[in-house]
Amino acid sequence: MMRSTPPLDAQAGLERLATYPFQIATWVDERGYPVSVAVQAMVDPAGRVASFDPPAGLTVPTDRDVSLTGSHIRPQPGYGYDERRHVTVWGRVTSGIRPDPMTRILTLTGRSAWGWDETETPFFEYSERSVPRSRRYFDALSAERGTPVRPRLSFGFLALRATRLPFLTATIVPVVLGIVIAASHGAFDLAAAALTVIGAAFVQLGLNVANDVFDSVQGADDANVTPTQFSGGSRVIQYGLVSLRQMATLATVFYVLAGVVGLVLLVTRGSPALLAIGILGFIVSLGYTAPPLKFAYRGLGEVAVALGFGPLMLLGAYVVQSGGTVAWEPFVASIPIALLAALILYVNEIPDRRGDAHAGKRTLPVRFSRRTIITGYNGAAAAAYIAVVVGVVTGVLPVPTLLMLLTIPLARQVSRGLLPNYDNPYALMAYMGVNVQLHLRAGLLLFAGYVIVLVLGAIAPSVPVFIGT
Amino acid sequence: MAPIPEPVTELLEQALVAELTVVDANGRPVTYPLIPLWDGERIYMTSSTLFSRKLEHIQGNARVSVSITDPVSVGGRTDRATIQGDARVIDEDPHGGWERLLPIWSAKEPAIVSFLKARVALPLFFERALIEIVPRRVLYWPDGDASVAPQVVVLGQEAA
Repeated sequence: MMRSTPPLDAQAGLERLATYPFQIATWVDERGYPVSVAVQAMVDPAGRVASFDPPAGLTVPTDRDVSLTGSHIRPQPGYGYDERRHVTVWGRVTSGIRPDPMTRILTLTGRSAWGWDETETPFFEYSERSVPRSRRYFDALSAERGTPVRPRLSFGFLALRATRLPFLTATIVPVVLGIVIAASHGAFDLAAAALTVIGAAFVQLGLNVANDVFDSVQGADDANVTPTQFSGGSRVIQYGLVSLRQMATLATVFYVLAGVVGLVLLVTRGSPALLAIGILGFIVSLGYTAPPLKFAYRGLGEVAVALGFGPLMLLGAYVVQSGGTVAWEPFVASIPIALLAALILYVNEIPDRRGDAHAGKRTLPVRFSRRTIITGYNGAAAAAYIAVVVGVVTGVLPVPTLLMLLTIPLARQVSRGLLPNYDNPYALMAYMGVNVQLHLRAGLLLFAGYVIVLVLGAIAPSVPVFIGT
Repeated sequence: MAPIPEPVTELLEQALVAELTVVDANGRPVTYPLIPLWDGERIYMTSSTLFSRKLEHIQGNARVSVSITDPVSVGGRTDRATIQGDARVIDEDPHGGWERLLPIWSAKEPAIVSFLKARVALPLFFERALIEIVPRRVLYWPDGDASVAPQVVVLGQEAA
């Protein structure tokens, strides 16, 4: 069974107890009620004992367990409090005589201990480790009432959480970019563009939900005790908010809807290229975590994400608009987006690596050292910018796409945050957020570059936007 | 039946944290730091289902105590008290039943309101049971000094 807090023996418990300014002696009185009284104990961890003066007017029993507790908070006016920690040591008490001056003294010999210190086990990890207890509580409530009792969330919150809706930017960026590139080539159909966005969004929603299903079945999400806003899955299955079967059904519904939209596009705008992209996209999406492919489990998650959220999405959107024509420009434009999308996954896998390793999910951060991983991040981010510069210099991409270089400071910010926060999932979360922003803003700036191309094409067609023209 | 001494109700109203002690199946006391919520008649505490072991102990043995011992938690006051009482777990609606105590809770921990608004981030933390404690006996140390016998006030009939 998973422990909520690290194991603590009596000696370690007494060492902690000694750090508190006073202790609370507690026992169960003859009437069966607990009694607590604050005492000043002299704690000797090496001897596994703590001694204190007998409290006046109360009888501390010697025939049953007595506990000594230390508890600490720091009040924060207007907020509440922080710095939470507590420790309890249990043992039997013996009564003795202190030699000088001759007074009675009680000595507790520690036998067991328990405690929590949020600097050692952060609250979110403590909560996550305690999820099985919550599930047992709800199971017991359900058995007692004869009807299922589950934790709940409002429909909006549940939909947001289960589908990981905010991550749709990963889809919207390449699809919209593909559409605007096609528009710069003179091809634009609003209805087809809208359908492309909707269809691609269904693919990602299917992927997100299926990912939770297969990670739950294969144990990766259950083994993860440090999920964050950006990593560790939606947790709705682990929390008992949605059943595995319901999530599997939801994933199927999203893929079916994606398939329907894909068929409409094939019928109305179809081409062999679109069919090939659609089939490949479905395989990459489902195979990301689903057996037998399980790309993410084989260290190929980044490749799958780069392919899916780069060339496949961007070229797919372009081909829908172009009526089947494939071009180098959208492919080259997809390279930086592909790399930055893969880097979102790459960084998000860092806090998951212990749970992933436990579940046999051999992601890149599981396989390689932190130095290699950080070097890999720097290399891939640099490659994203180099791809744009090379694309512009060779005349494949228009000059305004160099706007994407404005996001370099964000990439540097993430890079600098990786090393000091590599082992702290909650501190790393801020950098995971910046990393998501990096992908989004890079995409927006590439989009802005093409909007400039369109505007110039309309008002000043003689102004060259490609080097060499 | 004597009322709870006024200094003790003041302690209950002021304390950011108190120690709830329950009795486990082996008869051993187990102490949990929790926020005491005093409605003028009974002491309430809330527990997430994530940390529900204490609820199981109470369901097995209703006899509990609440002690207020830390001067830091009560704005520097040095008096101390332990209230023995009978507890029951109220968990008919873990999702929202406890929210009736939110005004008293948020007065001590204002941040809880913003956390609750973002309950999507911590869904199980906000699936909670109420612990309702009927005070039976009060031990009060006006100077907080255990070398002096406490004032003892018996309040009412104990649980069978």
